[in-house]
Amino acid sequence: MNTTKELTVKESKIAYLLRLADDRLILGQRMSEWCGHGPVLEEDLALANMALDLIGHASSLYAYAAEVEDEGRDEDHFAYFRDDYEFTNLQLCELPKGDFAFTIARQFLFSSFSYFQYQQLKEAKDEQFAGMIDKHFKEIKYHLRHSRDWVLKLGDGTDESKERMQEAFDELWMYTGELFYIDGVDEMMLADGNGADLLSFKEEWKKLVEDTLKEATLNVPDWDQFMMTGSRTGMHTEHLGHMLAQMQFLRRSHPDADWK
Amino acid sequence: METQQQLDDFQARIDAGEKIEPKDWMPERYREQIIRMGSQHAHSEIVGMLPEGNWISRAPSLKRKLVLLAKVQDEAGHGLYLYSAIETLGVRRSELIDQYLYGNAKYSSIFNYPTLSYADVCVIGWLVDGAAIVNQTKLAHSSYGPYARANLRICKEESFHKKQGYEMVAKLAEGTPAQRKMVQSAVDRFWWPTLMMFGPNDSNSPNSAELLKWQVKLNTNDELRQHFVDRVVMEAEAVGLTLPDPDLKFNDETGHWEFGEIPWDEFWDVVKGNGVMNRERMKSRRKAHEDGAWVREAAQAYARKKNLSREKAS
Amino acid sequence: MSENNEKDWPLWEVFYQPKNGKPYEHAGSLHASDAENALQNARDVYARRNEGIGIWVVPSDQITASTPEDMGSFFDPASDKPYRHPQFYSVPRAVKKRS
Repeated sequence: MNTTKELTVKESKIAYLLRLADDRLILGQRMSEWCGHGPVLEEDLALANMALDLIGHASSLYAYAAEVEDEGRDEDHFAYFRDDYEFTNLQLCELPKGDFAFTIARQFLFSSFSYFQYQQLKEAKDEQFAGMIDKHFKEIKYHLRHSRDWVLKLGDGTDESKERMQEAFDELWMYTGELFYIDGVDEMMLADGNGADLLSFKEEWKKLVEDTLKEATLNVPDWDQFMMTGSRTGMHTEHLGHMLAQMQFLRRSHPDADWK
Repeated sequence: METQQQLDDFQARIDAGEKIEPKDWMPERYREQIIRMGSQHAHSEIVGMLPEGNWISRAPSLKRKLVLLAKVQDEAGHGLYLYSAIETLGVRRSELIDQYLYGNAKYSSIFNYPTLSYADVCVIGWLVDGAAIVNQTKLAHSSYGPYARANLRICKEESFHKKQGYEMVAKLAEGTPAQRKMVQSAVDRFWWPTLMMFGPNDSNSPNSAELLKWQVKLNTNDELRQHFVDRVVMEAEAVGLTLPDPDLKFNDETGHWEFGEIPWDEFWDVVKGNGVMNRERMKSRRKAHEDGAWVREAAQAYARKKNLSREKAS
Repeated sequence: MSENNEKDWPLWEVFYQPKNGKPYEHAGSLHASDAENALQNARDVYARRNEGIGIWVVPSDQITASTPEDMGSFFDPASDKPYRHPQFYSVPRAVKKRS
């Protein structure tokens, strides 16, 4: 992308923080839709915990982006006053919550990816950023453990659960290509000592996913199939617009009111 | 057969302030009452997730979104603690859930009212949780040990529920004209239903005498309601909100706030299933339960497979 | 309604250690399909507010408990053995003052 090449380090850093934050806010928002509707009480609490973690991570990343930006804005500005084309979250995160199998499959794909990504980011040169990531990393490790365990249970559970789990992975597969999308923002942050080298763990991540699916007696879909792209530059599915309309309406209807 | 001696001994234990534990002898009727009251309480926590959950996706700041989500999540936890307490009496959670999803077990009527604006969930935190805390603080001393302990845990966790609600109510009450209008409308709609949460007047409460005798509960409905009103009137005044009761006045002699006649017809209507949201609340809970069936079965099937292969290996 | 005993996941008792060096305490119970599930659920249900640094989960049906009928023979005999308590013994006055 020519446009991203012209970004300064500061601009890249903000863009990078927003990508991380957008992924988490949008996925957290989806996850929170389970609250009160989980398959069993214990899992209702677990899903809400993950939603709280993700939205919490997003909130502190946005706050940090605002600090780097230094224009007097806050975390809510990024969450409530940007339009869909300004959001740079993965399409994977914005897809509707689906059934429990879909939610688990997505959570597994995303948290396993985050696990490797955060493992590198927590060593970032920027200490404030690294400290924040290190704190979030502990929660991500738990999300991975929880979702991986459920992939195994549902994949190797009943015929119905296996079918649903397989369908979920088949459906989500074409959204996994974007996990490893790289452009000037990533390159600049990597050069700056504050980015993750996505390609360095791509094979390791694929192996973790494959091993888990195999252990769950599921088929591994074709990695070489068609993959979606575009979300890191603001191209989304139709779902994001609806989600934002709901999420932002009250705050935008009364922009001058204090809602904190 | 329960002998008079057994009943007398049991009553003596209650009167001495002893806690009854699951394996202790207890009158069948006591067991029934604990199950009835405790499971109603549990169902209420679970259905209670829905009206507030309605605003999680639209909460107007990230902070408020986190607060609301954490609060509604706590309610799932509280339902869980209460079901666990009742399960000590040898009844399974699935039976209790069946009774309210497909039978005629009740839950608190307050959750059959809709949350029409974000201010509604703030007022629910202030009034509804405020009323629940008055109840549960007393129930933490209930004679049935597991039920008392569940309530104690709930009270500890709920202290932030009312506080976050009142904090936001105060903010709205001194906010923009639109915010003020929103919060006053919420108070107008939730005031009477909140007072109904304490149950019918003592003269009209069939279970009360027995529950009090056995110290399953420790105060009458009217006592608790009065306690609540006395506190809330001051809180409303402090933030400049009007409670929708023209008969509200302080009685110097009794030291209590007197209030007008509660619209009991509406109460019984909602209890009978005719509230705005009764049908939808039940539909929503049934759907979650039924949609989750394959998940619950799959986890069990997986556990059985693993046990089997472990047995084979050894 | 309860014809199917397997409708519920098994019941587990949860214990947590509030702080390093402290004994484990009973927190409550929950339903879980297996041990890993029980451990995770215990974390999400009973340790949301830093309640503990360690968790035990035990299948409820694996606990053997004393019954109310045992109460007399189990616990009463201990009440007339004052020699098991330090208050039973006297210490010379001079030593007492110093401590």
